[in-house]
Amino acid sequence: MRYLLSFFRFWYDFIVGDDWTVALGVVLALVLTALLAHFAGAWVVLPLSVLTFLGFSLRRASRRT
Amino acid sequence: MVEALTIVLAVGLTRGWRSALIGTGAALLVLALVVLAFGPALGRIPLETLRLVVGALLLVFGVQWWRKAILRSSGFKALHDEDATFLEESEAARAQGAVRSSGLDAYGFALTFKSVLLEGLEVAFIVVTFGASAGQLGLAALGAGVALLTVLGAGLLLHRPLSRVPENSLKFAVGLMLSSFGTFWAAEGAGARWPGGDLSILGLLALYSLASWRYVSWLRRENVLRSSGHQVRV
Repeated sequence: MRYLLSFFRFWYDFIVGDDWTVALGVVLALVLTALLAHFAGAWVVLPLSVLTFLGFSLRRASRRT
Repeated sequence: MVEALTIVLAVGLTRGWRSALIGTGAALLVLALVVLAFGPALGRIPLETLRLVVGALLLVFGVQWWRKAILRSSGFKALHDEDATFLEESEAARAQGAVRSSGLDAYGFALTFKSVLLEGLEVAFIVVTFGASAGQLGLAALGAGVALLTVLGAGLLLHRPLSRVPENSLKFAVGLMLSSFGTFWAAEGAGARWPGGDLSILGLLALYSLASWRYVSWLRRENVLRSSGHQVRV
């Protein structure tokens, strides 16, 4: 069990890193993109979400430092 | 790979090259097996699903790099210093005591194996995801191999860490590219259609570069104002 937990922790740190909210934001933005896929402008959702979540994440990181 | 090379050099120069090179070789072998195992397996998944999953992973992974690069550029995170790492690792290797003349030095082997494997996993991840999504696994692996040989060759030739390589700028660029490709593939996998097709990747790269510049400027300003004791309204 300990090895399994270490395995998942390693991959979590490797992919998600310091701020899980960015990963959650990407997933939510992808769900929204899929829901709006039949609209021509659906492509704007993901880049705008990335920039927004990244901005919030940077703001939090700068305040923690 | 520059960071891994620094540790291999520190171990090689302080504890001997035999264990350092065997550890490096063993890690490279494991990485090659990872690429060989996962690359063709990903190639069997339908392209749309593959791009959604791989794009999302690349994007999350890339934004992590990008975020760290912005924090480093704005002074909120320490910059990588290969010379300092080299000194620290050399000191730690010396502190392990004398090396036996015969047999494998366990410390040297374990440290180089772990460093090359962990650093190399990032490369393997990029090779597998990029190669599978673009249907060009061989070309992606070849590109990574050439980069690896260049870094190793330069390190062995100079016999010192590659501290002049603008590692932080390179990581910034890689984070931006991973995020741009990840955004493009993930949105496409989710069903969105990009105006201009593949050319949108360049547009994303330009947009993310511009945003980086704005974020770095804002954080630097905040850093300066905070240092001078002012409260900042963001």
